[in-house]
Amino acid sequence: MDTVNIVIDGVDIETGADKTILEAALDHGIYIPHLCYHKDLDPVGICRLCMVEIDGRRLDVSCKTPVREGMRVRTETEEITKIRRVAVELLLANHPTDCLSCSGNTKCELQRIASYIGIDDRRMKSLRRKTVTLPIDTSNPYFDYDPNRCVLCGICVRTCADVVGVSNFDFAYRGYDSLISTFMGKPMIESRCVSCGECVARCPVGALRPKAVPQPAREVRTVCPYCGVGCGIWLGVRGETVIASRGDPDNVVNKGRLCVKGRFGHEFINHPDRLTAPLIKKNGNFEKASWDEALDLVAARFAKCKPDEFAALSSAKCTNEDNYIVQKFTRAVMGTNTVDHCARLCHAPSVAGLAQSFGSGAMTNSIGEIRNADCIFAIGTNTTSAHPVIAYEVKEAVRRGAVLIVANPRRIDLCEYAQIVLHHVPGTDVALLMAMMKVIVDEDLQDDRFIEKRCENFEAFFESLERFDLEFAQKTTGVPKELICEAARSYATRKPGMLLYAMGITQHTHGTDNVLATSNIALLTGNVGLPSTGVNPLRGQNNVQGACDLGALPNVYPGYQKVDRPQIHTKFEEAWGTKLSDKPGITHTEIFDAIHDKTVKVLYEVGENPALSEANANHVYAALEKLDFFVVQDIFLTETARYADVVLPAASFAEKDGTFTNTERRVQRVRKAINPVGDSKPDWLITCLIAKRMKKHGFDFDNPSQIMEEIASLTPSYGGITYKRLDDRGLQWPCPNTDSEGTPMLHSEFFATVTGKGKFMPLQYKPSYELPDEEYPLILTTERSLYHFHTATMTRKGGLEVLRKCELVEMNPKDAGTLGLKNGETVRVVSRRGEVNATLLVTDISPVGVVSMTFHFAESPTNVLTSDAIDPVAKIPETKVCAVRVERP
Amino acid sequence: MTQSTEEFMLDDIIRGCPHSRDYLISILQAVQDRYGYLSRESIYRISDYLDLPESKIYGVATFYNQFRLKPPGKFQIHVCRGTACHVKGSAGILDTIGRELGIEVGGTSKDGLFSLDTVACLGACSIAPVITINGKFYGRLDNKKVQSLVKKLKRQGDGT
Repeated sequence: MDTVNIVIDGVDIETGADKTILEAALDHGIYIPHLCYHKDLDPVGICRLCMVEIDGRRLDVSCKTPVREGMRVRTETEEITKIRRVAVELLLANHPTDCLSCSGNTKCELQRIASYIGIDDRRMKSLRRKTVTLPIDTSNPYFDYDPNRCVLCGICVRTCADVVGVSNFDFAYRGYDSLISTFMGKPMIESRCVSCGECVARCPVGALRPKAVPQPAREVRTVCPYCGVGCGIWLGVRGETVIASRGDPDNVVNKGRLCVKGRFGHEFINHPDRLTAPLIKKNGNFEKASWDEALDLVAARFAKCKPDEFAALSSAKCTNEDNYIVQKFTRAVMGTNTVDHCARLCHAPSVAGLAQSFGSGAMTNSIGEIRNADCIFAIGTNTTSAHPVIAYEVKEAVRRGAVLIVANPRRIDLCEYAQIVLHHVPGTDVALLMAMMKVIVDEDLQDDRFIEKRCENFEAFFESLERFDLEFAQKTTGVPKELICEAARSYATRKPGMLLYAMGITQHTHGTDNVLATSNIALLTGNVGLPSTGVNPLRGQNNVQGACDLGALPNVYPGYQKVDRPQIHTKFEEAWGTKLSDKPGITHTEIFDAIHDKTVKVLYEVGENPALSEANANHVYAALEKLDFFVVQDIFLTETARYADVVLPAASFAEKDGTFTNTERRVQRVRKAINPVGDSKPDWLITCLIAKRMKKHGFDFDNPSQIMEEIASLTPSYGGITYKRLDDRGLQWPCPNTDSEGTPMLHSEFFATVTGKGKFMPLQYKPSYELPDEEYPLILTTERSLYHFHTATMTRKGGLEVLRKCELVEMNPKDAGTLGLKNGETVRVVSRRGEVNATLLVTDISPVGVVSMTFHFAESPTNVLTSDAIDPVAKIPETKVCAVRVERP
Repeated sequence: MTQSTEEFMLDDIIRGCPHSRDYLISILQAVQDRYGYLSRESIYRISDYLDLPESKIYGVATFYNQFRLKPPGKFQIHVCRGTACHVKGSAGILDTIGRELGIEVGGTSKDGLFSLDTVACLGACSIAPVITINGKFYGRLDNKKVQSLVKKLKRQGDGT
C-alpha cells in the first residue's frame, strides 16, 4: 500500500495514502474532536468539529480531507477553537444535563468534546433556550429513541441506509425543529425498522439507547448461536447472567455488525424455562431425577438395544466436538451408522449435488468476497431474513455498483435492491436456470477456455439444454422471456459473478438437480475458482456445516470419508479400537419411517426439534409415540422432548467451550461465558458419560480441546486445526496441517473431484411432487422470519416474540379477494396431510396462487401441512412446495 | 383488488414527471396541486417510482413549508408572519385563530373545515396584519375582527 508523510501538530506521521487527515490522526493517537464521523461510514463533514488548519492557510474538515505528501496540519488554533466552541455550545445549549443517569454516560462523544473544549457554565446558562420536550419513542422492545438527546450527527441515518440498507429514518423538518424521524414520525415498532440495533451501537450520545442494559462486569468473545453466518460476538456477563451481546469488530465475518437475533436474542440463556435437572417420565409425567439415575437408565436401555434398532439425531446447533462425540458414540458404541441431523432437511442436496459436480459440498468462496463481485445472482434465498449479515454484504456490493439478480417466487426484501428480478413459480428452478444457460450458449457468452481446461462432460450437458427453449421456460416458470435473457446476459458478462442460494433451491424433490443446475451455470460462465465467484449455499444453522463435516451423517465419517470404503473403515476401526459397521445408516426422513415399521425402536435425540421441523409432522408425532425408548438432550423442554422417556438437560452455547464451523467453512472458537445453568452439562460430556456407563473406551475427554485433537488426527480437512491456532482467528477448511492458513476459496486450480475437473451434469425438468388442483388450489411454500430461528426454541423467550408474535399466512390480495378473506383474520390452511390455523396477512409480496408460512410457531405447526415426498438422492423432503386450500375455520 | 380511479390518477401524475430523483420536488408539487396535500399512499408511490426511501421523501416534504401532509381544510387560512405584520401583532392573531379552532400551525380541524398555516410574507404590508382565507386577503385585523371572521366561517361551514 502507498504511504505518505504528513505532519500533524509537529508530529511526523507516515500513513496510508487513502486515509483522511482525521483517520491518520486517530490512528496515531491524536484526538481531533468529531461527532458525525464513524469509521464504518462515508464521511459527511456536517458537525464541523473536526476542523483543522492545513498548510498554515486554509481551514477544512479533517474527516473529508485526504492526506497528501508533505501536508502540515494543525489541529488547534485560536480560530479553530472559536469555531468548535460555538458549534458545541449550540449543541449543548438544549441538551439534557442529567449525564449520570443517561445510558450514554462515559461513552458519550458530546461529553468528551465538552470536556476537551472546556465549557463555561455561566455562558451556557445564558444560551439555554426554552426547551421543548419531545416524546421518547419506547415502542421497540430493545431500545428507545430520545430525540431530546439527539445531536443530529446523522450517523444513525447513514448506518440505516448504507450498512443495513433499510433507510428507516432521515432528517426531517428544518432549523430549530430539525430532528431524525421515521416516515410520518411513526413509532419504531410500526416503522420499517428491523431492530438490528446497528444505529443504537453507533449512536455517539444517548439518543438511541438500549433499554436499561446494565454494564457487563466482564465480556467473553464467542460466536453467535443463530444462523450459519457465524458472526463474532462479545457476550456481556454480570454475575452468572448473560446480559448483553455486541458485535466483535475484529471478526472478519461480520466486522462488528449483527442482526436483531445476534444482538438481542440472548434472553434464552438465563431464561427460567431452561432445563436444569434430568427428567424421567414415570406414569406419563416427567419427574426430576439425579444424573446418576438418569444416566444409569439410559445406559442400561441403550446396552440392550441391537445396532439396527438404534438411531441418533445430532444437532446443527451443537458444537463440532458435540457432534463428533454423538457420531462416534453411535458408530463405536451402538454399532450402527444411523446418525443424521437436520442438514437432511435443509442442505443435503448441496452436499450431494456439489460433491458430484465440484467434489466438495460447501460454499466455494467466502462471505468477505461478496462485496467485490460485479454480479450477484441470489436464487432461492431470502437473505435479509435468514442470513441478515450476508444481506448487508450483498447490499454493499450493490452500493459498489454490482448487478444484483434475484430469483424468488416472492417479492422479498432483496428485490428492492436488484436490477433484475425473476419471480418464478416455486419448484421451476431447473427450467429457469437451464433456460438461462441455453441463452448463454446460443449467444456464445460461455467461457470456452474454462470449459475446455477445467471441466468435463460438457457434451452430454449441452444436449440436455436443447429442451429448455425460452417458450418452454416462460410457460413453466412464469418469467417473461426477455427477463430470462437479460439475467443470463448479466450473469455471463458481468464478472466476477457470485451465485448465492439457500433452501429455495434445496427443499424440493428435485433439490439435487437444482443444485446441479447452479453448478452448471457457474462452470459454463467460468465463475468458479476465482475471487468473488463460485456457488455458495448459505447454510441455515450456526453449525450445520460443522455437523456435516464431523460426520453426523449416515454414510460418512468425519471429513466426508465414506463408511463403506474399506481403507476408511479400517482406519476408524483402528483409531477407535472397536468393530464398526461398514453399512451406511438410514437418513433423518427414513428414520421416522423405520420407527413406524418397528425396525428402529430407540432414538437418541440431541438438540433437535423434529416435531416442528420435519415435513408431514403428524407422521412424526405418531412415530415418536411408537418408540420403545426415547432420550432427548436439549436446553428446553421442546415439543419433541415431551414425547421422551428421559430428558437430559444440556448446556447452551454460552456455557461451553467448543467450535462452530460457519457457512464459509470457517472454524471458530466458542467460549464458555458462564457456568452451565442449574445442573445442566455440555452435550459432549453427557454423551461421554453415557458411553462410560456402558463401559466403553474412547470417551475419556477432559475438555473439548482434546476432542478437537482427535478430530484433527482423523479428519484430513481439519488436520491443522487446534484450539491454540483458533485463539485469535478462525480457519477455513481444508486446513490439512498446522502450517496451513486454511482455504478461503475452493477449486482455484483443481476441483476436488476424482478427475480434478468440474463436472457438467445433464438435467431434465421435473415438476414438484404435489401440484395445485381443484381441491387444493394454492401452492404453500415455507419461509423464515427475521425475528425467529428454526423452531423458535431460543427466540420465543423475550423481545423477539414482541417483534413477531404468531404465524402468518401470507397471501396475495387477488387470492384473498377471490376467497373473500380479510387481512388479519384467522384462517384454516388445509393440505392432504392435515390442517393448521393461523393469521392471514394479505400482501403482494406473495405472488398470486402461492401462500407462505414459517414454521416457528408450535401453536400453528406448518409442517403438519408439508409434504414428505423426498429427493431420491439427498432424501430431503419437499417443504417448499405442497398444495393447500385456505378457508374460514 | 382493483385500483380506484383516484389511484390511477395519482399514478398518471407521478408517471407524467421525469423518472429522476432530481425531480422529487416537482413531483411532490404536482401531487399536492391535484390533491391539496401529500397522502401517505402518494409518498409510497413516489418512493416506488423514484426508488427513494419514503423516509427521505418525508424529510424533504417536512423541510419545505409549501408541502402539507394532512388534507387541507375547506377554509385554508394563511397568517402572514412578515416583519410588518409581526410589528402589528400577527403573533397574537395567530394565537387567537389557533385557540378558536383548536389547531396548531400545519394542522387541520377535526371537522375538516379549517387548516392553519403561516407564510413568511404576503407582500401586503400596507394593510398589516394580514391573513388570507382560500386566497382572499383580510387586512388591518385585530383579535376581535379575527374572532368574528372565524365565527362567520364556522356558520357558513355548518350550513353546507
